Amino acid sequence: MTYRKFLAASALALIASGAWAKTDIIVGMQLEPPHLDPTSAAAGAIDSVLYSNVFEGLTRFASDGSIVAGLAKSWDISEDGLTYTFHLNEGVKFHDGTDMNAEDVKFSLDRARAADSQNAQKALFAGIASVDVVDPATVKVTLSAPNGAFLFNMAWGDAVIVAPESIENIKQAPVGTGAFKFANWVQGDRIELAKNDGYWGTPAKLDAVTFKFISDPTAAFAAVMAEDVNVFAGFPAPENLAQFGADPRFLVLVGSTEGETILSTNNKMPPFDNVKVREALAHAINRQEIIDGAMFGYGTPIGTHFAPHNPDYVDLAAQSAYDPELSKKLLAEAGFPDGFKTTLKLPPPSYARRGGEIIAAQLRAVGIETEISNLEWAQWLEEVFKGKDYGLTIVSHTEPADINIYARPEYYFQYDSAAFQGLMADLNNATDPAKRSEILKAAQKMIADDYVNGYLFQLAALSVANAKVKGLWTNAPTQATDLTAVYWEE
Amino acid sequence: MKGRVSLWLGLGLTLVFALAAAVSFLWVPQDVTQLAIANKMKPPSLAHLLGTDHLGRDILSMIMVGARTSIAVALVAVGIGMGLGVPLGLTAAAHRGGWLDEIIMRGNDLVFAFPSLIIAILITAVFGPSALNAIIAIGIFNIPVFARVTRGAALSLWTRDWIMAARVAGKGKARISVEHILPNVLNLLIVQGTIQFSLGILAEAGLSYVGLGAQPPTPSWGRMLAESQTMISLAPHMAIFPGLAILLTVLGLNLMGDGLRDWLDPRLRRAR
Repeated sequence: MTYRKFLAASALALIASGAWAKTDIIVGMQLEPPHLDPTSAAAGAIDSVLYSNVFEGLTRFASDGSIVAGLAKSWDISEDGLTYTFHLNEGVKFHDGTDMNAEDVKFSLDRARAADSQNAQKALFAGIASVDVVDPATVKVTLSAPNGAFLFNMAWGDAVIVAPESIENIKQAPVGTGAFKFANWVQGDRIELAKNDGYWGTPAKLDAVTFKFISDPTAAFAAVMAEDVNVFAGFPAPENLAQFGADPRFLVLVGSTEGETILSTNNKMPPFDNVKVREALAHAINRQEIIDGAMFGYGTPIGTHFAPHNPDYVDLAAQSAYDPELSKKLLAEAGFPDGFKTTLKLPPPSYARRGGEIIAAQLRAVGIETEISNLEWAQWLEEVFKGKDYGLTIVSHTEPADINIYARPEYYFQYDSAAFQGLMADLNNATDPAKRSEILKAAQKMIADDYVNGYLFQLAALSVANAKVKGLWTNAPTQATDLTAVYWEE
Repeated sequence: MKGRVSLWLGLGLTLVFALAAAVSFLWVPQDVTQLAIANKMKPPSLAHLLGTDHLGRDILSMIMVGARTSIAVALVAVGIGMGLGVPLGLTAAAHRGGWLDEIIMRGNDLVFAFPSLIIAILITAVFGPSALNAIIAIGIFNIPVFARVTRGAALSLWTRDWIMAARVAGKGKARISVEHILPNVLNLLIVQGTIQFSLGILAEAGLSYVGLGAQPPTPSWGRMLAESQTMISLAPHMAIFPGLAILLTVLGLNLMGDGLRDWLDPRLRRAR
C-alpha cells in the first residue's frame, strides 16, 4: 500500500466510523446486581445490566413489549400446540468464541428446568416435557400441555441461552451472545461492557458502556446534574424530574413499566378475609392523591392487576372509585362501624414510604387505624413476603404479565379462589389469541370483583438522559436497559 | 451575670423547644396527621409560617410535635442511663479495687467499646423500629457514661476525712454512698445529664433519619430531614427548619451544660 493510499484509507475509515460522535456511555442505575447470572437469581438488577446487551434468548421483548425473534430466527408450532420447533440463527458465537447451537439451547433449558435448578422463574419452564436437538441449527421443544405463553416465557431474562463451556464462572464473568461483551466489574461501583465485534446481528453503535451504581437518590440527582452519568435508568426521585425537564441538557423519558403498585392485603387475616372489608378498603383510597403526593404525578391509576399499556387491559378503576361514605357504610355492614386497627408494613422505595403515609391518612378518615412500620427489603421479604405477618403493605409487582400469581394460594396475599385458579388453567391451555384475551379480561374482572388487593397505580418508567443520547427504551416491558441501538447524536 | 451568658442563652434555647413541645399537646397550627397534597411544598407564608412539606403538612406543627418525640426519647434515655449508671458507679467506687469494681467497670468498657449508633441500629433492626426501641438503645449507651463519671468523682471523695469520720461513726458503704457521696457528685451528674440529653436528641434524630426511630405518622426531626433530602433544591425550607431545630436544641443544651458546669463548680466560682 502506498503512502497516499494509506492516507486516503484512514481518512475514509475516520469518516465511516463517525469519528466525531461519542461512542462510549455511562449509565447510572440505583441497584447493583448481586452477581451476573440472570438464570439463577430473582434480582431485577441483573437483567437491567445484561438483558439483550450481553445475553439473548430464543425470543426477546421489543421496546413496546411485543415478542420478537431473538436467537431463534423463526419457529413452527405443531397443530396440537405441544411441539415448538425453533430454527436458530446460524453463525452465532458466544463471546469466548465457541459456537451457539442447538446443543447450547438444550443445555440452557434443561439446566433451567432441572430439579436442582436455581432459576428464579422455574414456572416459565415447568411445561417443558423434553428438549431435543434436531440438527445444530434446529431444536425441538415438546410441552406436556399446550401453553399459549410459551414464546413469551422464552423471552424472559431468566430464559437466556448460556453455554456449558462458560457456565462455571457465569456469576463473575458472564459469557453470552449479545452485542456487548462483559469487560469488567468493580464491585460496589460499576460494570463495564465492550462492543462485541463478532456480533451475529446488527452491531452495537457504542464501543463502551459503563453501568454506574448510585443507590442514594440525592447522589443520583447530583451525578446527573454534573453530567457524571449520561443516562440514569430508573431515576429514583420523581420530584427531581421537573428540574431535569426544564434543563435543555437533559431529556426526561416517561414511560410505562410492568409494575402494578398495589396495596397488598392479607386475605387470610381477619378482618380482611371479609370481602366487604376489602371493598371498603378499596373505596377509601384516593388514587390520584397518592400519585400526586408520592410520585409527583407520574403513574397511571389502575383498577386491577394488569398493565394499562397491554392490549388486553380492562379499565376497572371506576369500580373501586374513591368514596369514603360508601366505604364507611360497607365497614358498618361488615360489622366494623367504628373501624379497626391493622398493620401497614412498608418497604424502602419512595412510592411505598410516601404512599403509605398518604394511605394511612385516607384509611384513618374512614376509621381504619394503621400502625406503620418502615422495613428494609430483607426484613420485608422475611416478615411480609415469606412470613405473611402483616395486614397491609405496598409494593410494586414489576414482573411482566404476572396476573397468574393470584392463582397461587400460598402467595403472600393468600388469595385462594378455585374459580380464579380454573381461569389460569384455561389460560395455559389456550393458544388462540382471541380466547386468551377473553380469559385475561375475565381474570382481571374477577380479582377486581373480589377486591383482592387495593389497586393503586402503574409505576412509571422514569429515566433521565443527555439530550443527545438516542435510541433508549422509553417503556420498560421487562427489566432491561437495552443499549444495542443507542447512539450519540452529533 | 457576665460569665453566665452561655448558661442563659442555653437555657433560653432549651426552654423555647420545651415550651413548643408542651404547647403542642394543647394546640398546633395544623393537625400533623392531616394531609393536603394539593398544598404541598409551599414556602413559608402567613398561613404556614415555616411552609409545608411534600404531603402538605405544616412544618411548624411538625417541628412542635417532633420536639415532643425528641425530648421524650432523650429524657427517658438519660433517665435509664442515670437510673442504672449512677448506682453502678457508686457501687464500684465503694468497692474500689475489689472484684465488684472490676466486674462493673470492665462491663462498662465492653459497652463503651461498641460504636453506640451501630448497636442502636442492631437493636432496632432486631426488635423492629419504634420510638420505644430507640429509647432503649440510646439509654443503654448512657449507662457507662454515668457510671464512669460517678465512679471517678466518688473515688476522690472516698479519701476525704469526713468520709472517714462517717465510717468511724459506723455508717455502712451503701449508706455513705447515698447520704454523702451522691449529694456531692450531683452537680457533675446534672452537667453530664445535660450533655447526654443533647446527645440523645442527636442520636434520636440519627436513628429516625435512617428510619429506625419513631414511625410515621408520628413526626420526628430526623425523618423530616431524610424525607426532604431529595427535594432540597426544590423546597429548601423543608430541610432547613428541621435541621435548625436539631442544631439549636443541641446547641442550647450544650451551652446550658457548659454554663451549669461553670456555675456549679466551686473551683471556678472561686476564681471569679
